[in-house]
Amino acid sequence: MVRYILKRLVQAIPLLLGIATVTFFIVHMAPGDPMDFYLEQRYRRNIDPELIELIRQKYGLDQPLHVQYVKWLGNLLQGDLGESFAHRRPVSALLAEVIPYTLQLTVLALLLDALIGIALGIFSAVKQYSALDKTVTLSSLIIYSLPGFWLALMLILVFSVNLGWFPTSQTRSFDYEFLSWFGKLLDLGWHLVLPVFVLGIASAAGTARYMRSRLLEVLNEEYVLAARARGLKERAVILKHAVRNALIPIITIYGLSLPFLLGGAVIIENIFAWPGMGRLALSAIHARDYPVILATSMIAAVLTVIGNLIADVTYAMVDPRVSYEKKKPV
Amino acid sequence: MKRRNQSNHLLLLGASLLPGMGHILLGKHSRGRPLLAFTLAIILLLYWRWQVFLKVFNTTWFDYWLAAVFLIASLAASVIYSVWDVRRLLTATPKGPQGKSPFQLARRRFTANRMAVTALYVIAVFYILAILAPLLAPYDPAAITDVLSTRYLPPSTEHLFGTDEFGRDLLSRALYGARVSLSVGLLAVLVAISLGTVYGAVAGYFGGFIDSILMRIVDVIISFPTFFLMLMLVGIFEANIVFLVLILGLTSWPGTARFIRGELLSLKQREFTDAARAIGLPNRLIIFRHLIPNAMSPILISAALMIGGMIGAEAGLSFLGIGIRPPTPSWGNMVSAGQDALLVAWWVAFFPGALLALTVLCFNLLADGLRDALDPKSLMRRFV
Repeated sequence: MVRYILKRLVQAIPLLLGIATVTFFIVHMAPGDPMDFYLEQRYRRNIDPELIELIRQKYGLDQPLHVQYVKWLGNLLQGDLGESFAHRRPVSALLAEVIPYTLQLTVLALLLDALIGIALGIFSAVKQYSALDKTVTLSSLIIYSLPGFWLALMLILVFSVNLGWFPTSQTRSFDYEFLSWFGKLLDLGWHLVLPVFVLGIASAAGTARYMRSRLLEVLNEEYVLAARARGLKERAVILKHAVRNALIPIITIYGLSLPFLLGGAVIIENIFAWPGMGRLALSAIHARDYPVILATSMIAAVLTVIGNLIADVTYAMVDPRVSYEKKKPV
Repeated sequence: MKRRNQSNHLLLLGASLLPGMGHILLGKHSRGRPLLAFTLAIILLLYWRWQVFLKVFNTTWFDYWLAAVFLIASLAASVIYSVWDVRRLLTATPKGPQGKSPFQLARRRFTANRMAVTALYVIAVFYILAILAPLLAPYDPAAITDVLSTRYLPPSTEHLFGTDEFGRDLLSRALYGARVSLSVGLLAVLVAISLGTVYGAVAGYFGGFIDSILMRIVDVIISFPTFFLMLMLVGIFEANIVFLVLILGLTSWPGTARFIRGELLSLKQREFTDAARAIGLPNRLIIFRHLIPNAMSPILISAALMIGGMIGAEAGLSFLGIGIRPPTPSWGNMVSAGQDALLVAWWVAFFPGALLALTVLCFNLLADGLRDALDPKSLMRRFV
């Protein structure tokens, strides 16, 4: 097992290097000079060309591309992500601020996805063709198809604007500092409801659909018949025998749903004014803030690779049929 | 007897000049009714919008040309088709019991799925509306008149979807936005599918070293959160529509490539491949003439599964202000404009988003139907 994990980790290294290289050259191939944006935003007037040249030198933008690349890669390997042009702060400090917010959203959304998705999938498979099943199947398809940003706006319209149940945006109230610790917790949770719901519900719908079809497949297996024949209670047959087997491939889905959640988080964070990585990335793209663009893409890629790795490892752990020692990575 | 039969034929063929009539007289209602409805809709539209239609002759605007040519061509096509088909039905000699081809079986399975068929019709209607937008739009989508008195008008009979912050008619904008949203999605899928198919086919067919190199590249691209990659590329290149299509397509092909590769790995073991090799066909021909055509149903299914997501991705990018930029309307940036006005005018965000949701839903229903029809064993419950 340990050997398998190590092997996968070693394999991830060239992958991440490849991603880093591709990202670097894409970002630097783009038209437009970061200096233009930088100066325009900060000063909005003509500046001595010599000064521009000086700033360019400071950030190493005057050197040939391959030199910049080697430097950047060297710094990256030492954990130095550079300094943001727009914020004039180390990128790592910026990331340390925003990543917790994004993780809050994505982890809770994953939980929501797992709870609702798997539960609904089980219910609708067990009661196949019942009214509940039909409702779940149809509504999950509809929810799956709703554009997240539109759903978010409509929920804000109904629940925040018209009913006033939830805040429209931000992560905490203005009087947050004056609340007791319990009040603070409540306040944070209250602000999390809508963004987490929007982010998680679409993937929950996908999970429910998938769980349903997997469970239906498993229920036709002979070991389920055997369990029934032994006179086990239906509940035990479903939960102990069928669901456990149907859950195995769901795990892979989770590894794969992480990139989707990160992509969705960009949109959700922008709608709810959530100070996370997606918002930082979008503002960096607008400002041609190369170091921040590179860093956020790298983080997103690393998270995806880790997600895949965790999925594969847990897959190997829960399914005794997978022999992870010999398994050829796909 | 024979003579009566012939005059009958002529009568039926004559009736087919109004497409659908011939079929209905023959009792082929399922084919006749849609044809008749389609033709009547075109004629009604021509009658209702005759003045706008005449603009074709004094404008060089490409949109009008496209809409008008499409209208006339589809009218002509439906007449020709209906006469041809009625003639075929009349002259066809009854055959003995026959087996059905896999395609016929698939078509039967598909038409039995009423949701999927409805979805297909809705999609077809949306595309037709998008092409005909210049003839249909009640107002000029860019016309800004007296902003103070026309801005944020709620939906009414005059403006079915209301007006936006500049007093522009939202129904007209949604029609024009449909052209952008629907065509970007479709073209991007075409790019992604063609690239993914060829790439996956080459990797799967040659195998060995080439395969492992090609698949490592796919691994790198797949390890990127797709939407993040699109965001980065579209954002920093400040993409126009053509570029947006290319970026969406070029970031989405690896899934298809993997999938087609898997399909080819099994297809190339089959006897027909051996036969093709034995008669000395070059690899190029084996791949393109024999293997890819045999992988057509997985290709079709993955295209159908992809297109809803692609339309959603374009809308998401435009919503964030980096895809299709205003003033060109697209459903995504229309919703984005509605975000600022959410408190005063809910309809600005509501209608384009609802159209978007309906479109994506229909494509997903269609994909489900296609998968069930083309792949009855449902080997592909999951598509990565």
